[in-house]
Amino acid sequence: MNHPTTLYDKLWNAHVVRDYGDGEALLYVDRHLLHEVSTPVSFRTMEGAGRAMRRPDAHIAVADHAVPTDARGAMIANTLARAQVARLEENAARHNVEYLALEGNLQGIVHVVGPELGFSLPGSVLVCGDSHTSTHGALGALAFGIGASECETVMTTQCVRQRRAKTLCIDLVGARQPYVSAKDIALAMIAKLGANGAAGHCIEYRGPVIDAMSMSERMTLCNMSIEAGARMGLVAPDDTTFDYVADRPMAPHGVQFDQAVAYWRTLKSDDIAAFDRKLEIDVTALAPHVTWGTSPEDVIQIGELIPDPNSIADTGRSTRMQKALAYMGLEAGTALAGTPIDTVFIGSCTNGRLDDLRSAAQILIGRKVAQGVRAIVVPGSSSVRRAAESEGIDRIFTAAGFEWRFAGCSMCVAMNGDMLQPHERCASTSNRNFEGRQGRQGRTHLMSPEMAAAAAVTGAICDVAGLVAMEQGA
Amino acid sequence: MTPFTKCHSMAACIMESNVDTDAIFPARYLLLLDREGMGEYLFYDRRFDAKGTPNADFVLNDPRFSKAQIIISGDGFGCGSSREQAVWALAGFGIRCIIAPSFGDIFKNNCLKNGILTIELPSPTVHDFAEHAKAGALLEVDLPTRAVAIESGPVALFEIRSEDAKALLNGWDQTMRILLEDGEAITTFETRHRNAQPWLFS
Repeated sequence: MNHPTTLYDKLWNAHVVRDYGDGEALLYVDRHLLHEVSTPVSFRTMEGAGRAMRRPDAHIAVADHAVPTDARGAMIANTLARAQVARLEENAARHNVEYLALEGNLQGIVHVVGPELGFSLPGSVLVCGDSHTSTHGALGALAFGIGASECETVMTTQCVRQRRAKTLCIDLVGARQPYVSAKDIALAMIAKLGANGAAGHCIEYRGPVIDAMSMSERMTLCNMSIEAGARMGLVAPDDTTFDYVADRPMAPHGVQFDQAVAYWRTLKSDDIAAFDRKLEIDVTALAPHVTWGTSPEDVIQIGELIPDPNSIADTGRSTRMQKALAYMGLEAGTALAGTPIDTVFIGSCTNGRLDDLRSAAQILIGRKVAQGVRAIVVPGSSSVRRAAESEGIDRIFTAAGFEWRFAGCSMCVAMNGDMLQPHERCASTSNRNFEGRQGRQGRTHLMSPEMAAAAAVTGAICDVAGLVAMEQGA
Repeated sequence: MTPFTKCHSMAACIMESNVDTDAIFPARYLLLLDREGMGEYLFYDRRFDAKGTPNADFVLNDPRFSKAQIIISGDGFGCGSSREQAVWALAGFGIRCIIAPSFGDIFKNNCLKNGILTIELPSPTVHDFAEHAKAGALLEVDLPTRAVAIESGPVALFEIRSEDAKALLNGWDQTMRILLEDGEAITTFETRHRNAQPWLFS
């Protein structure tokens, strides 16, 4: 028998074009997702150097970061955003890359669109000039974010030079309480590892909790791997994966699908494969999580108190925590629950899939958004939006007082006009609570879709389980 | 890419952990299409208040450090978004070298493509350098000898992969290197890969 290997090793080994030694290799890239922010300079560099795309069929382009979500059809009002989206479309056309038009029915966030088209496949190496590319690891793809220079390298050579990552196995065991979502598990993991604690690692998620998770939950978890510093998250493909991939437009079909599945079934870590690090998380004791600070590692369970920076020995961390509390307008030792919010954002590549909207809508049935709270829901893709509309989910949101938007990154990155005003506080299902992330001086609290819906209803950060129990009891 | 051999400069100290790329380059400036001129927006929301007035207490606005070519910071510098605009802004501002206990993975790669040297040193050493740097001492970073020294202070040796050092010293364009050296290997691999996983090619 061969030396036992991890899933990461198998994916890596299957893509080594040239081994440079010392843990570095030239890796073949099967899939590249292009968006408007990461690629204008890449195209210009490529053209300036007189180079051409090696395999345009391995790339698709879609605008998501800069696109307005309040309306479609009219010209984009912001001239910079309009120029950036137009540049992507022109570049794609000039280099024969498939472009998913803003007005078409396939547009959406790259990390939502890739899997739903069957463009992201198990066993592939997939890259994108975006750190949340780790999302696609949920399908058993080796997927990671790269910079614009590397995007050009991939466009030109279909390869990228990589250093082999260390492996971190996270076993998820136990039984989840109601309203403990994949987002809460991700936040709990980040609390344990720290925001850069898994740097240099690829995380493989395993265990009974993963086995039972839907694809969208796995994507939420893999998506947040980068918030622990890991460029890649992985879940070994299984029947849940194959059922998800089957019949997607760009996935293999018929005999070729069966061949692919036969290969994909081999993509799992050997039983005795050694990982560089291991962590077990028992999800049984977890409650919904909410961030209090300006890094995803600044997170507590809803019933806990905000920690005291003075109790932290590491001066870099305690200084940052002090600053975070001042920025967020919060005090150490107090509860987050009951903190009034101004805005609710449901969406993003973390929590903008159909299942996420269903979960949030479930909480909103028969309830209303609290007075004075602005609540928006931004589907992760045009397909998600249509599917939600066909189920009537849009009407649950609008009846509750949410704005029902068009697909895009929206208030997760706040570069399309959807943003917070200074000192506004937001319950957000996105992935980053960095200073200014949702607008200058904006205050972001990361949480699950259910928790964000509950915050919308009560007008304050609260425990969704408590909200539901209280009303059922009454 | 601008080659890097050595750097002799004051250092601006931002001694906190997890300085993310949103702080380094705020998202709203990502709408700009050209990398030229991005230095203007480096740490924008820390350098300027909402009215565009410089914040006197931010280190890069301190006249002693406003021309610093070196930044010293805490763990996880450059974590978060993969935006290479953060690195273009640093380079545009004149930063050539960053010293920290650890960096965001993607950010570190992006620096290497843009002639910025990232140096990882143990946290106590970084803090020691920072104490001297805050007092205005000059640092000398020398890539060929892998040494960083500070005026009347400590000297530390750092590690860098020899390939990365060569790329920086020579200012190599990575795409060009791959095309020149590995073109044949890519074609050979592609044929084999197409046979093994044909569904990735249809």
